[in-house]
Amino acid sequence: MLIIGIAVGLLTGKSAEVSTALVESAKTGVNHAIGMAGVVAMWSGIMRLAEAEGLLDILTRKMEGLIHFLFPHIPEGHPAEKYISLNFAANVLGLGWAATPAGISAMEALEQLEDERRVKRHPLAMEAGTASREMCTFLVINVSSLQLIPMTIIAYRSQFGAAVPTEIVLPGILATAASTVAGIIFVKIMGRRP
Amino acid sequence: MNLILFLSNCIIPVIILYVVGLGLSMKLDIFDIFLEGVKDGLKTVGGILPTLIGLLTAVGVLRAANVFDYVGQALEPVIEKLAMAPEVLSLIFIKLFSSTAATGLMLDIFTEYGVDSQNGWLSALVLSCTESCIYTMSVYYMSQKITKTRWTLAGALTAAVVGVIASILLTGMMY
Repeated sequence: MLIIGIAVGLLTGKSAEVSTALVESAKTGVNHAIGMAGVVAMWSGIMRLAEAEGLLDILTRKMEGLIHFLFPHIPEGHPAEKYISLNFAANVLGLGWAATPAGISAMEALEQLEDERRVKRHPLAMEAGTASREMCTFLVINVSSLQLIPMTIIAYRSQFGAAVPTEIVLPGILATAASTVAGIIFVKIMGRRP
Repeated sequence: MNLILFLSNCIIPVIILYVVGLGLSMKLDIFDIFLEGVKDGLKTVGGILPTLIGLLTAVGVLRAANVFDYVGQALEPVIEKLAMAPEVLSLIFIKLFSSTAATGLMLDIFTEYGVDSQNGWLSALVLSCTESCIYTMSVYYMSQKITKTRWTLAGALTAAVVGVIASILLTGMMY
């Protein structure tokens, strides 16, 4: 990506803009991470607390059916189930920042599951550095957008004087459902292949 | 509708209040547990910082070199048939990389065409039914040092394409 950008920039005589962008966006990267650090760390603390109280187990039990349907090969009671449930729930509620620490913990747990499989020479085991089918499934569903109510978009719509800012909710839910269902179908088809 | 908005605004405080309150009533050492988690969270962010800088720099350069606009222009014949502005197409493309950049572009479209215009509606819908999949994939996979992502990108793009088609159809039904 970086190379394409620089090449196109140089070819079209935008070298000055490209140099500025290189420096500026590296700065944006750090600023973004610092802004993110506070919120992610705070949610990460709340997550640990909810875990200690057993709230995560309750949530996982509520979402058990869905998780088993999407991830039939995760052994029952594996910690990955907990973090995946929390990540999906946070995404549905539109708490993107709360979803990130849960998502990273889920990836960690899935990588551990893969390590266990590698040790046991399980038929599903993938080489180190390669995504397991659970990771692929988790990410496809995650990025298919699960958020029910697009709060930021409603806020911007009202700021720009939309007649009815919340009119977006119903079509938004329909479009989100369409993309998520497509993601689930895709994952199910790919999951069947060895 | 106002009730939905009110409830959405209450979610975060209510969740935090509930989790902390429950911890108190269970006589847990809430502050210590919370701090443990905060430390982990900071480590996580520190771990993905290099990925973030790399990705955001690449996106910044692509934007400065107008690559997103060229993609929009190249697909102009398709856009004309669908009656949408070239900016909307750049928006769809840019959303795969960065939500912040896409939101900025959506606001430009709101200013240029109007928030309740067909283009305004389409951009709002597209942003609400897609995620920045390249960004999320980089952050999540790099946290576990995974480089071979197999069918993740194909699946993510399938979901995004279906979402965009649904948005176009829904917008078409309203106009």
